[in-house]
Amino acid sequence: MAEAAVVVRDAVKLYGGVVALDGVSLSIRDNEFFTLLGPSGCGKTTLLRLIAGFERLTSGAIALHGQDIADLPPDRRPVNTVFQHYALFPHMTVLDNVAFGLKMRGVGLAERRRRAGEMLEMVHLSGFAGRFPAQLSGGQQQRVALARALAPGPRVLLLDEPLSALDLKLRQAMRVELKTLQEETGITFIFVTHDQEEALTMSDRIAVMSAGRLQQVGAPREIYEEPVNRFVADFIGETNLVPVEVGAVAGGLAPVALPGGAVLQLAAAPGSEGRHHVSIRPERLRLAPSGAGQLSARVERIIYKGTDLQLVARMAGGGELHVRIQNTARADLPPPGAEVGLVLGEGAARLLAD
Amino acid sequence: MSGGVRHYPGFAAIAALCLAILYLPLGVVAVYSFNASTSITAWGGFSWRWYIDVFQGPEAPRFRAAAWNSVTIAFLAASVATAIAVAAAVAMVRSGRFRGKSATFALISLPLMVPEIVTAVATLIFFSTIGLTPGYLTILIAHITFCIPFAYLPVAARLSGIDPAFEAAARDLYASRGQAFRLILLPLLAPGIVSGWLLAFIISLDDFIITNFVKGAGMETLPTAIFGSVKQGIKPNIMAISTMLLAVSILFVTLSWLAGRTGRRAAAPS
Ligand SMILES: Nc1ncnc2c1ncn2[C@@H]1O[C@H](COP(=O)(O)OP(=O)(O)OP(=O)(O)O)[C@@H](O)[C@H]1O
Ligand SMILES: [Mg+2]
Repeated sequence: MAEAAVVVRDAVKLYGGVVALDGVSLSIRDNEFFTLLGPSGCGKTTLLRLIAGFERLTSGAIALHGQDIADLPPDRRPVNTVFQHYALFPHMTVLDNVAFGLKMRGVGLAERRRRAGEMLEMVHLSGFAGRFPAQLSGGQQQRVALARALAPGPRVLLLDEPLSALDLKLRQAMRVELKTLQEETGITFIFVTHDQEEALTMSDRIAVMSAGRLQQVGAPREIYEEPVNRFVADFIGETNLVPVEVGAVAGGLAPVALPGGAVLQLAAAPGSEGRHHVSIRPERLRLAPSGAGQLSARVERIIYKGTDLQLVARMAGGGELHVRIQNTARADLPPPGAEVGLVLGEGAARLLAD
Repeated sequence: MSGGVRHYPGFAAIAALCLAILYLPLGVVAVYSFNASTSITAWGGFSWRWYIDVFQGPEAPRFRAAAWNSVTIAFLAASVATAIAVAAAVAMVRSGRFRGKSATFALISLPLMVPEIVTAVATLIFFSTIGLTPGYLTILIAHITFCIPFAYLPVAARLSGIDPAFEAAARDLYASRGQAFRLILLPLLAPGIVSGWLLAFIISLDDFIITNFVKGAGMETLPTAIFGSVKQGIKPNIMAISTMLLAVSILFVTLSWLAGRTGRRAAAPS
């Protein structure tokens, strides 16, 4: 059970002079829904292609269920891929597409027809076996790509932004479906996305990447609530980064002086004295009358966002603060220009390494 | 910008003149090939007699032998040239950057730019240097060489429109390199291959200059046979055979163009 499905050690990938991966080490567990999350160009696809075997490591190692696979070509790795634009073979029917992997593995005609049919049933496309990819909608093509990659029974499935080409409604439906499928099949999913909401809702664990390096690996809750640095805090969800002055660390805690003077005791690493930032999520700030709370600011505007309202306020030192207020039966909102106090809930502020 | 050039003064007149110079002689030949009279200038009514003459007249055996040579050489040259062109295109388009890539491309397309007469002389010198007797084989080798760029261009154009993800997907689904090529790339490439083959076929079929240099005595293809006949004076049967050659050329070029067009969207990256 505790056996790792994929282990990547010190992976470095250079394209000519471009550093795509800069020393990535990861251990992905069996049966895990693991997500690689990061902005465009951070090396997500590169890492996935290295695991699939389309690229070769410049240095480092990759092991699959304990076996070193760094030198195996893609057709010798028990790993399948759902491509970003699906890459369904345009000259083959849906059924032949799904059966392709089985055919290459030498499964007989009747058996592969049967298994491909089962796969199509699983993705609710039984009636489409005889069609060609061009005759399907984007969402249907996506399901065929999924069925095709699952048909040979891989132990690890790689998915490169499979939902990015779908519209919002379909994307949300597919999130649930993919997650259910992963749980039912027990296959390890390695899922690439740059959509943090997608990552948070689907994953068992998330690896946040930036500029070819791992920034943090952890469960969605950990990543969101306990970001280790400014990049992660800023990239996942929305946050207020407030500059603070950190005093001497004692017993894992340090006095952290907020702008305006209020002092919080926050978890800190030894040696983190000096100027830093705390991250405060907008939904963890509560409005209070002027003078109350640990921060004070002047209201600038209120943005209507449907389920909630976003209040933008400015602190005396000039920094902006965003406060999320649920759009319930109309609490009295302060008008623009009003002075307000802001109360930080328990554990609302998190001290960040830079 | 669109249609801008059409509004220059005199555009219509110049265009008409160019078209007339290009196509009027062809039209005249085609029309007079149906002339009932022996004259090549005076119209004597419609008739098939010169077409019948091509197949049954005194020169028929010569034409038949020449046509057989032309067609078999064109078939073989187009096939070999296309196979080479496919290999070259895969290497050029799928290999990323490599040293000497531009030089390789220049080398492949050289026959399109070098004056044909130069190639003809050079080829003849080459064959006589290595001691190959002029004949069917020398024509075939020469034709394969100059057909390669014509087959290469449609194949390479098609290939650069095919998303490499298809081949990657095949490899990912346990296809070997060979299987990915045969089962995925080749079918997607087919329109380009057909287009290139047809173009190469017609280029070979129509070639005169190089063939004339390397063919040796007693060996004729249709264009050299026609040229031989014309030297003894233009007879209407030459117009008939030229018209047939023209018709075949138009047919093949049209087919090549159509083949190059089909399914272009299907294989493009979405
Ligand atoms: N074949 C290649 N040749 C040269 N550079 C490449 C190649 N592939 C990727 N790169 C570079 O490597 C870096 C990482 O690319 P990668 O495709 O892994 O990013 P990504 O995280 O998947 O981004 P996106 O979200 O835009 O897909 C980028 O700077 C990219 O320009
Ligand atoms: Mg990518």
